Amino acid sequence: MPAKKLNLRKRYELLTRGMGWETTYQKMDDVFPYDSFEGIKITDWDKWEDPFRLTMDSYWKFQAEKEKKLYAVIDSFAQNNGQTNLACASYLSAIKLFITGVTPLEYGAHRGFAHLGRHFRGDGARIACQMQAIDELRHAQTQVHTISHYNKHFSGLHDPFHQFDRVWYLSVPKSFIEDAMSSGPFEFITSISFAFEYVLTNLLFVPFMSGAAYNGDMATVTFGFSAQSDESRHMTLGLEIIKFMLEQHEDNLPIIQRWMDKHFWRAYRLLGLVAAMQDYMLTNSPMSWKEAWEVYFVENGGALFEDLSRYGLKMPKYHELATAEADHISHQIWSVFCSLGNATGFHTFLPTEEKMAWLSEKYPDTFDKYYRPRFEYWAEQKKAGTFEYQKGLPQLCQVCQIPMVFTEVQTDPMQISYRVTEHGGDKYHFCSDGCKDIFEHEPEKYVQAWLPVHQIYQGNCGGPTLPEVLDWYKFKPEDSGDYIGSKDYHRWQEWKGADKKVKQA
Amino acid sequence: MSDKKNTVFLILQDNEDARPIIEAVEQDNPDANIQYQPGMVRMEAAGRLLVNRVTVEENLGREWDVQELHLNLISLGGNIDEDEDKFEISWR
Amino acid sequence: MSIEISAKSITPVRLAYGNLQQRFGDKKPASRYQEAVYDIQPTANFQYRPLWDKNHDIYDVSKTAIVMEDWYSFADPRQYYYGSYTIARAKQQEVAEHNFAFVDKRDLFDAVPEAVKQAVRDVLIPLRHVEWAANMNNCQITDECYGSNFSSVAMFNAMDRLGMAQYVTRIGLLLDGNEETTLDAAKQAWMDAPQWQGLRHAIEDMFVLDDWFELMVAQNFVLDGLVFPLLYDRFEKKLTQEGGSTVAMLTEFMDDWYQETVRWTNALAKVTAKESTENQALLSSWVSKWMDRLSIALEPIAIEAFGDDGANELVEVKAELLDRLAKQGVTV
Repeated sequence: MPAKKLNLRKRYELLTRGMGWETTYQKMDDVFPYDSFEGIKITDWDKWEDPFRLTMDSYWKFQAEKEKKLYAVIDSFAQNNGQTNLACASYLSAIKLFITGVTPLEYGAHRGFAHLGRHFRGDGARIACQMQAIDELRHAQTQVHTISHYNKHFSGLHDPFHQFDRVWYLSVPKSFIEDAMSSGPFEFITSISFAFEYVLTNLLFVPFMSGAAYNGDMATVTFGFSAQSDESRHMTLGLEIIKFMLEQHEDNLPIIQRWMDKHFWRAYRLLGLVAAMQDYMLTNSPMSWKEAWEVYFVENGGALFEDLSRYGLKMPKYHELATAEADHISHQIWSVFCSLGNATGFHTFLPTEEKMAWLSEKYPDTFDKYYRPRFEYWAEQKKAGTFEYQKGLPQLCQVCQIPMVFTEVQTDPMQISYRVTEHGGDKYHFCSDGCKDIFEHEPEKYVQAWLPVHQIYQGNCGGPTLPEVLDWYKFKPEDSGDYIGSKDYHRWQEWKGADKKVKQA
Repeated sequence: MSDKKNTVFLILQDNEDARPIIEAVEQDNPDANIQYQPGMVRMEAAGRLLVNRVTVEENLGREWDVQELHLNLISLGGNIDEDEDKFEISWR
Repeated sequence: MSIEISAKSITPVRLAYGNLQQRFGDKKPASRYQEAVYDIQPTANFQYRPLWDKNHDIYDVSKTAIVMEDWYSFADPRQYYYGSYTIARAKQQEVAEHNFAFVDKRDLFDAVPEAVKQAVRDVLIPLRHVEWAANMNNCQITDECYGSNFSSVAMFNAMDRLGMAQYVTRIGLLLDGNEETTLDAAKQAWMDAPQWQGLRHAIEDMFVLDDWFELMVAQNFVLDGLVFPLLYDRFEKKLTQEGGSTVAMLTEFMDDWYQETVRWTNALAKVTAKESTENQALLSSWVSKWMDRLSIALEPIAIEAFGDDGANELVEVKAELLDRLAKQGVTV
């Protein structure tokens, strides 16, 4: 009997559906206890369709091929001391921030998607989440492997996971992922797959990896692009799940809109760190934060939301403010890091003349007017030996946990943006209306926040003095401070001493 | 922008494996805008972008599984429709 | 240029990440396995409690009654990280793919006696639901467990089970020229036939277990420890003797998989039992509870598979498993 030919769609359906069953010895609601408390109504899980129809055998085959290529590059990078081909060792501040701040997010996503991969009631959605759960594990592991070689030669990369749980600026990514992970499964997937991956991840990976290529960091380019091939699947999952939820029941729209507003703002605030990375930490930047924002959010994100408008979903709240802030945030965040450079696990450095010329060109309305004078003033102070790091600790936003540095860009860009609210007799402070709204909707969640500055003052971080806190972070003395004169700097000079083309930060 | 269709895009790694795919996109999508950026190639088009298996196979001179596209994929924007003959990105 | 630089020796300032130096010393570089699985999971200063479980932190050692001084004292003997794992499975799937294609192209099932084919339909094909459940259970362990070495190995196991559920499904399709008759009949049996209900009931009870380590024991120590030797090994051998070697070609993946997987479940049992008498007692009580429950549940299936010898085959498999677990320090 000649076998009936199965097309990809049908074959995939047979290999993913029908293996699960309606349980009878235990109630389905007990087997899947977490997929209803958020109020999302799903009437027919079978309407879920996977855009990519990967069975496990194909998954193993394609992923193994990607892994072989990646590890061939990592091995040859190490054997050939690829770190010596960087544009400048100061570039590594970006990698230091990446492994301490981003790699742990990949791990969190691995666990979060495993939760969904077990607890969504629909078979197809579960499998899609499981594939993402193992992909995210891949990303965490390949990042650790790639950056391992840099750790052998440079400061500040030695204890990323210890630091993620403790360091003042790393509570920004930590609180972001733990916010999503402590939410229900539908909110988690809206946060991570849609708001973060679909709407914003291109802003993290594409310009940053392109930036790595631009700065001679072939190892990072390779893991980054290799991870992006999975990321494209994840983004598509994000779009599919949003459409699926919206199509299932009209009551879902307001819930999703609120999550969208919340997690867009959460993710956007987190990406402020990336903005600083892109504009300042990269020795050569192929694209400014503002340009990336225009392409990946305003243009591509705009197209996305236009497509989703047929379901009634609107652009996330405060997106206009985010676009207005694109002229400012990278400068503001880098300024904070420079002014607290004695307490960062990566080196800070003032922008060179060449870099400032580039910033003036990319930010014609703001850089010369607001930010150049500050950097030039600091440069003069450094020259005169009078520069001092900021004394005392900054106040943090209760929600995004970034120091209060953002300004009223739409009215007075020199005025710090402060918002306050009261809850249970206590005052809580925010950097923006976006963060304040998030708090006010779920105050009982955000009052729990582990705010590093509060914790330091309460004596929970190694001791009352800065050296004690830094020791508790496992920051070594050579990890912090100015790049110029650092151990990394001297090592780089030693390797590159004879090379006239070396750029200095 | 509302008078024209929104842009869809596909970004592939800039390497030998991706060449026949990029060429196929050029052949099948004459209006596509193709930009070479550090390490990657960004292809955009208004409303719809198609990767056709048959065209890639002609360029490549061997059988090609549409899912092999994933090996060099960096990013995309638009709704996806993938089957054994094509990989299509579109905004409705 | 790069040759010149390589010729000058560039001495590393350190050989491994700090956590690995602390664990394994600073004298030599860490392995890829060590880098990939140790200490990545956050352990402190959690920001918010899960909305659905206010009694636990996001990662919490108290989600199981098992107590470990260091949750990283267990190591996977296979040393799997994502890269080595996918590369190993890709090799196995290449063999499996070749076997499936070969059976399909040569119409090898045409030569298999009808009785053997029917036995495959009745006994093997419903196992796709068992593998599916194993996928869910290992995903549950990935979700709930403590430590990145644990979540990593549980995740790989979960995906393996999905892969095997898909291979069993493909056998069902191959038997019927891609018609779904066998799959539908197997599902019907799984849902309604009396011989499968004990197992389905036990598995549904596993779905709602509170303690993830108990689930680990029930699924990966006991159920797998019975099903794989009984049905993928002994039953396959019986089918081969009866003219069904074609079937064995198609389940080679499962056989190899089990031989490999036993190595880490053994290692895990050993390390956990050795930690304390309390752990040992817990493991013993769980093994005993699930051994009783699951061997009773599997008896009608053993009889379906082996006829009159069924009960005896099951007793032997059970004895082998108890013996193996006793060697790891888990005695019942």
